[in-house]
Amino acid sequence: MNCRSEVLEVSVEGRQVDEAMLALLHTILLHRSTGKFHYKKEGTYSIGTVGTQDIDCDFIDFTFVRVSSEELDRAIRKAVGEFKEALSNSGSDGMGQISLEFYQKKKSRWPFSDECIPWEVWSIKVNVVNLANEQERQICREKVGEKLGEKVINIVEVISRHEYLPKMPTQSEVDNVFDTSLKDVQPYLYKITYQITDSLGTSVSTTMRRLIKDTLAL
Amino acid sequence: MDSHSVLSSQDKKDLDKFIKFFALKTVQVIVQARLGETVSTCSSSSPTGSDWFSLAIKDIPEVTHEAKKVLAGQLPTIGKSMCVEISLKTSEGDSMELETWCLEVNEKCDRDIKVSYTVYNRLSLLLKSLLSITRVTPAYKLSRKQGHDYVILYRIYFGDVQMAHLGEGFRTVCVGVVGTPIGTVTLSCAYRTNLALMSTRGFGRTVPVMGVIIDHFVDHPFGNMGHVNMCNYSTDVQLKSSCCPWTQMSRGGIPPPAVVPVSRALTLNCSISSCRSLGWSSFESIMTAALQPQTIMSVSVVAVVTSSQVRPPESPSTASPSPGSLHSVSSSQSGGPTQDDYILVDFKPAFSKDGLLPMDLGTFYREFQNPPQLSVVSADDSAQSMAEDLDSLPEKLASYEKNMEEFDAFVETLQ
Repeated sequence: MNCRSEVLEVSVEGRQVDEAMLALLHTILLHRSTGKFHYKKEGTYSIGTVGTQDIDCDFIDFTFVRVSSEELDRAIRKAVGEFKEALSNSGSDGMGQISLEFYQKKKSRWPFSDECIPWEVWSIKVNVVNLANEQERQICREKVGEKLGEKVINIVEVISRHEYLPKMPTQSEVDNVFDTSLKDVQPYLYKITYQITDSLGTSVSTTMRRLIKDTLAL
Repeated sequence: MDSHSVLSSQDKKDLDKFIKFFALKTVQVIVQARLGETVSTCSSSSPTGSDWFSLAIKDIPEVTHEAKKVLAGQLPTIGKSMCVEISLKTSEGDSMELETWCLEVNEKCDRDIKVSYTVYNRLSLLLKSLLSITRVTPAYKLSRKQGHDYVILYRIYFGDVQMAHLGEGFRTVCVGVVGTPIGTVTLSCAYRTNLALMSTRGFGRTVPVMGVIIDHFVDHPFGNMGHVNMCNYSTDVQLKSSCCPWTQMSRGGIPPPAVVPVSRALTLNCSISSCRSLGWSSFESIMTAALQPQTIMSVSVVAVVTSSQVRPPESPSTASPSPGSLHSVSSSQSGGPTQDDYILVDFKPAFSKDGLLPMDLGTFYREFQNPPQLSVVSADDSAQSMAEDLDSLPEKLASYEKNMEEFDAFVETLQ
């Protein structure tokens, strides 16, 4: 099975990075989260209800919809915060990429560890621009808002192709497909990683860090 | 081969039910996204059994009633689409269709798809896409700037899709598609990019425009649906509800602040440049510019109106516009001089007391909003003729040359 990969690109001002990333990541997660599963004895299950919330951005003329889940929002904000910090500390031209990867776990026999098989990866390439004055910032607010609107439409187009989604799991397999750790909603298993592009165009490797993290987690 | 023959009766029943509730939820999502406020619902880990498609979407009863009335027991099917039209209407009666959301079914069937599982889940996904897309089209920002200048209306109809009133160059965005054994369900939105405002005199619409008026002056409507007022609303602006401040203004007692007629102000044949791929880059700024205070008239609320049942309007004490709102409308005229196109209205600012000041607040504001004239351009030198000016020039130049060092030192302190 090939992993589906989608790339989105945005250019934003420094203070817009958080909101732009949250808008896109939450839009994707809205479509990749379900209500909590409640399995019944006969092998069927019922699904909880997903609420939604409109979020107005402060630095961008844009409103996006996210799943009503404080836990999920905290997790995404944490990842976006780390990405933004890495961008600011990198001393590069302000270019980086944050990736949201949905994966399935495949159980392996001992001594092999479980395999994580990605089935969809969304990569958001970010270019941070510096603006000279308030007028430019105002224009940027509107332009970035429009751009994010285009990206939301792109995301929805991909989703509506109804390409591969993991099969609905049995109760014993549910943790291989969904993140069941949240109280109120159940997103597909996902991980967020990022890379900062230095001025030479090579990526400072958080990939190594991710590999080590994954090994330790398993 | 008859597509229905491969569908069990249970599956057919389920599919019809899914499409019916999907249509009703679609209308709710669209209308709620145009009410002018953010929407928020809670997730619940325990299934309630009443949340269709596992999504918490509130049902505004009047909207559901209206949608059911339009559908009249039918379902969107091949050749018969359900459409929700969103339009903007000013107090002068000029209106403009902003977008049309279409729920259509085409002939392309997916006979192998599982109705109770796959179709249901994909319809749920489509509703999520609709939630996202409704915040992205241009009408969303317009509806959020609810206030005193214009009203947002909705109309549901069933049958052929009508897009002629969206003006030239309208664009379409596809929200999503779901294949079913009896056809493919498609949800899309066509939105206007041309802002030329049409006069209602030529608009020729006979069907009442429908919706729900949300009283601007009371609490959030979703907190208590009792605040939602309904009224009949025809295109010649015969509002029956008294809750809508701008209707009160046009009914006498309060002279309407006359401004450049909206139809003149808003005749902007603006085509959005094609390099902006979604076509709405200056949509909002153009609307804002067109609806600048000096061109705008009365107070309004984000309103959507229903044609059928009329609830008694709120009592005037809660619904009447505060002096502050009149203030905000009239004070917009305080900056400029009287123009031929304008009729000045006596400005009665809130909280002013006669006699306390030599002048009222409005006059004070108008007189002192600009800085005073500099003395060098005042009358002192005006008596001098030009010849005298020229005569005194050599003397002045000599004194400046003498004091040149002083001037240079001054310039250096500025750097």
